[in-house]
Amino acid sequence: MPYSTTPTGVPAGHRYMSGNEAAAEAAIAAGCRFYAGYPITPSSEIMENLAKLLPAHDGAFIQMEDEIGSISAVCGASWSGAKAMTATSGPGVSLMQECLGYAAFTETPLVVVDVQRAGPSTGQATKVGGGDIMTVKYGSHGDYQVVAFAPWSVAEMFSLTVEAFNAAEMLRVPAFVLAEEATGHLFERVDTPSEVRVYDRDYRPGEPPFDTPEPDGVPSMPRFGQGENLLVTGSTHNGPGFRKVEDPEVHDRLVRRLNRKVLARKAELCRYETHFVEDARLVVVANGFTARSALRAVKLARQAGLPVGMLRLITIWPFCREIVEEIAARDVRFLVPEMNLGQVADMVRAASSGRPVEALGQVNGKTIAPASILQAIEGIL
Amino acid sequence: MVRALDHHLRPEVKATPFCPGCGHGILLGLILRTIDALEWDIGEMLFVSGIGCAAWIPSPNYKADTLHTLHGRAVAFATGAKLANPALKVLVVSGDGDLASIGGNHLIHAARRGIDLTVVCANNQIYGMTGGQVAPTTPKGSRTATTADGNPYPPFDLCKLVKAAGATYVARGSVLRPYKLMDEIGKALTTPSFSFVEVLSPCPTQYGRRNRLDTPAAAMDEIRDRCRVRVEAGEAGSCAADMLFLGEYGDG
Repeated sequence: MPYSTTPTGVPAGHRYMSGNEAAAEAAIAAGCRFYAGYPITPSSEIMENLAKLLPAHDGAFIQMEDEIGSISAVCGASWSGAKAMTATSGPGVSLMQECLGYAAFTETPLVVVDVQRAGPSTGQATKVGGGDIMTVKYGSHGDYQVVAFAPWSVAEMFSLTVEAFNAAEMLRVPAFVLAEEATGHLFERVDTPSEVRVYDRDYRPGEPPFDTPEPDGVPSMPRFGQGENLLVTGSTHNGPGFRKVEDPEVHDRLVRRLNRKVLARKAELCRYETHFVEDARLVVVANGFTARSALRAVKLARQAGLPVGMLRLITIWPFCREIVEEIAARDVRFLVPEMNLGQVADMVRAASSGRPVEALGQVNGKTIAPASILQAIEGIL
Repeated sequence: MVRALDHHLRPEVKATPFCPGCGHGILLGLILRTIDALEWDIGEMLFVSGIGCAAWIPSPNYKADTLHTLHGRAVAFATGAKLANPALKVLVVSGDGDLASIGGNHLIHAARRGIDLTVVCANNQIYGMTGGQVAPTTPKGSRTATTADGNPYPPFDLCKLVKAAGATYVARGSVLRPYKLMDEIGKALTTPSFSFVEVLSPCPTQYGRRNRLDTPAAAMDEIRDRCRVRVEAGEAGSCAADMLFLGEYGDG
């Protein structure tokens, strides 16, 4: 079976560490053996840590000339058989978009840790932001799917980085850890495991690497140097990999399968937590660091007798529309605090069956305080 | 003669994708002959290319692992593939616009690092696939789809550029000198560090027809007339500004 439980190779037990350090160690635990990156605040500590960790684990590290080179090298390394990743922030994610589309289209497993900062553009390079929600999903041209998890703690920087590798390898897609500066630079106590469950890519000799009989299948994942005479191309291709740039049926079938293979496994991928939603008349929908403030605000509101609950979205992509729809079946309103001007709120609105959705967007380079969310709760109820 | 290379070509590929008179087909064959001359197992090789006419030399023709990447990024992809599996013999084959314009930064940094990659740059002095726009290798004064009155800017000397960036082996050859070119590609492949071979290749369709060189022979003549073997040129002293030197670029 592609899943196995393996030793992490990094120290286990009570640790006091930052989110960025945890992401680097988790990469090693997940089996990552290649990193290419370019310095950018606030993600650089991930690269600095992996520059030390990878050589000690028979892995390869390289600092490339830019983010375009970084993601390209990661793609090349992935086809050489290595679990591969990079880490960056908004401007780097923008530069990587063409190759992220290439990875989606060539079904190249890779992981990107995006430690979000305040954008657009250079913005406030050292300050927190959460505005890359749509960028990581829709930043490259054409229709494709990615997986993205949003950690709210250092512990989840570890566990969700492992899960991002598993999703990337299982589905042959780019997978994101959609972190924020506040979590990347947060130091807190974590209990790192001694072993983790990891997915190793599924190579089924003789099967075509770019098609499956099922319309939502994940093909076999070979690597270079196996004698498979691989044909990898970002042009439209058939199962063996030959370019088919004028065949409407091949393109249609390929694009649909690349989307279906992720969406068909949504139930498996969708992670969320609910708090006090059973009798709630207002549900706060939060993700990432903002969910820490939201949970504090919800607890304070509950103490004051207000019927409020919370949905924490851990999986951002594919969007867990179904849980929003389930909650919206009851007579509720939604409040969506986030460090952007309503990117998740719009998705909640689309799934809320007409229930009122209020966005609490904050884009001042600071985390959203519990008091701000509490005030918004009190204003609505 | 063609049958001699059959074993290196995918049986599914029936015809060359190149225009009549294009030099890339000659280069396609010469690379394979060089590999045979070295007695290398092509199955241990990885061919990486970018986007453009020259990127179609290895992909899908060669019966080996081929990675057809994004425009300009072939060298960066190759860097990752080589580092993750150092046993692979990695050869990048791509065009002048791909490697020297959109991908120029990756090229000079790879040369600086000295990672064991070989880059063969098929230089047709034009953007062929997109319809004949000016390239960073187009001679000054040449007419293209975007320089109707002649290219106002001088071209890169790619060999000098890559040599200055730190490449270990650098040579300029031409499809008009096939045996010499095989020798140069062979030396590049066996150099255990970054190596670069620029290959002048005629493009009568896009470059030639705008510059009164629209027969294959005329396009070849133009390359022959612009090139000087390096030793002769040194003896001759001064040369025209757009003259290209053929041969190896040593440390001197």
